[in-house]
Amino acid sequence: MRFRRRRRALVCRDAVALMGDYLDGRLASRDAARLEAHLADCPHCSEYLAQLRVTIEALGRAEPSVLSDDALEELIGIYRRWRSEFD
Amino acid sequence: MTSAVLASAPVAEDRALLDGLRAGDEHAFVALVRMYQPALLRLAEATVGSHAVAQEVTQDTWLAVLRGVDRFEGRSSLKTWLFRILLNRARSAAGREQRAGRPEAVDDERFDRSGAWVDPPQPWADRVEDRLVAAELAQRARALLADLPDTQRQVLVLRDVEGMPAEEVAELLGITDGNQRVLLHRARARLRGLLALEVTSG
Repeated sequence: MRFRRRRRALVCRDAVALMGDYLDGRLASRDAARLEAHLADCPHCSEYLAQLRVTIEALGRAEPSVLSDDALEELIGIYRRWRSEFD
Repeated sequence: MTSAVLASAPVAEDRALLDGLRAGDEHAFVALVRMYQPALLRLAEATVGSHAVAQEVTQDTWLAVLRGVDRFEGRSSLKTWLFRILLNRARSAAGREQRAGRPEAVDDERFDRSGAWVDPPQPWADRVEDRLVAAELAQRARALLADLPDTQRQVLVLRDVEGMPAEEVAELLGITDGNQRVLLHRARARLRGLLALEVTSG
């Protein structure tokens, strides 16, 4: 391990623990560099990170729920009843 | 798509619609409902679990919006204000205080004492490059949200479905930034695991 002399290399558990902040861009640059060094050598953690990314993308891509006509009508009914309290 | 659109919600449009609402313009109300009801319903479902109760909670929310619109000062975004009203109502509907707890960020059972994987993840991420697979996965991800613990689901919906920033989510849910991070991490990890089960067993 090349990094051992300077700083202890990450084990997989630590790498996974850093991934959340890494994905949010909130990881300090030194920790990000350590994580990236680990990922370069570890196919398991690289795969895990790729799967996390895919999961997050899947959530963002989820179809928007459709507002049904009935639900809209009910809400308009609430609006009109509320308005009529002023009249 | 929704998350990106709503995250950058046109503030000027919100303001015009709020002015319309204050002036008693029903079209403004309908426009706001069309814009925000799907997200409100999604968050309500994430909070109370039942679709019927979630519908009621969103109706209460809109009534509270009508009553309170004169007091809205625009210090937060309209979406954040709506979400705050909704969460207050959803919590009383659920009849319980939300407590986030202090979960661990990493599932320790997956690693041995040296911190290495006991059972490394089976590879599947690159299969999702296929558009059909991706679309199906998006649908499954939405359905599997129901299997998450409440607080994890709320954080995940607000962050990854609605695309809200971490600080706003922590504030909305009344949790610390640290808890928000841990809950998000746990929720993503858990959903990843559930998706992995489906993808690799299919």
